[in-house]
Amino acid sequence: MSTVEVLGRTGEAMSYRLNDGVIELALHRGPCNEIGSLSLDELEAFASALETLQQPAHALIIYSDLKSGFCAGADLRELYRRSQTMDKAEALKGVRHFLERIHRVLNLIDAAPLITIAAVSGVTFGGGFELALACDLIIADKMARFCFPELRLGLIPGFGGIPRLKRDCGNAVVRDLLLTGRSFNASKAQQIGLVSQVVAEGEALRVARATAAQIGKFDRQTAIAAKRFIKPIPHEELRQEIDFFCELFSRPEVEAALKTFVESTNAQPYLP
Amino acid sequence: MQTTDQTLDEILALAAAHFKVPREKLSPDDDFFKTLGINSLQTLDLLTKLENHFGVELPDYELQGVTDFRTLAGKIRARL
Repeated sequence: MSTVEVLGRTGEAMSYRLNDGVIELALHRGPCNEIGSLSLDELEAFASALETLQQPAHALIIYSDLKSGFCAGADLRELYRRSQTMDKAEALKGVRHFLERIHRVLNLIDAAPLITIAAVSGVTFGGGFELALACDLIIADKMARFCFPELRLGLIPGFGGIPRLKRDCGNAVVRDLLLTGRSFNASKAQQIGLVSQVVAEGEALRVARATAAQIGKFDRQTAIAAKRFIKPIPHEELRQEIDFFCELFSRPEVEAALKTFVESTNAQPYLP
Repeated sequence: MQTTDQTLDEILALAAAHFKVPREKLSPDDDFFKTLGINSLQTLDLLTKLENHFGVELPDYELQGVTDFRTLAGKIRARL
């Protein structure tokens, strides 16, 4: 990888750059940063570059360049289309492989030796919510909305959301979101301790940068050691989540639900 | 406590401002998907605006099947 790529890279789904000790990862794949194979490839490239980028950095900010929101989750259309081109066993193997890859990336972000901040606005659903949960802090603007919609498809979150949300906010919050499939706003998210700051519409990135600058004033080694102490990675539960997801995915109800979602002209496919 | 008409007026004003349509184009019994030309993700934006404005939490499953402003006002008033 060239020096220019290490300091910054512009991809199709996302771009990153290092500036003044802060790495910024900007998501920009329309319509709403859905995570499919392209995004995963680029996330893996970013994770690979992170090892070098993080040396001189004290913070990482992940945000979206799109007005539509932070990230609407997994690319269900791509998932459905691909699963239709192969037999069930192959499709399931492909899903497991995808999950293992995304888990590797999110585990790396979760454990990164720098402070990570998700600056979110609008839709922060499913895999997008899980990406934010891998970060140390979430700063949300007033229009941010969080949701685990997977139950609507007969699934559970598969990118590590359950163990991470449980770690950060407790089992009752996980049950509320998972079992009702409802979304909630930034104000509620702050009330339950998920979001550290709620800011005016459009201000999340600016506030994240100010927070990163504040963090940069303190001893980096102390911050990293403190983070390791207070933020264990729930490795065993993360592995169990992949197994459970794959078990559920193999059911015909899931294929039917995915088909309905993908083919829907319903004005309300994102409502539970 | 405000009247139903006041709640309705505020919802219509918020919707008009958020989606940048003239207030007079919106009526209480309009199908807001059709009148505003919005999808379900944009409906969630409207829901967020309304929750922030009225200081309520309205689970989005309560919006299933709700397509007009009057019914939406009823759902919000139930949480005031």
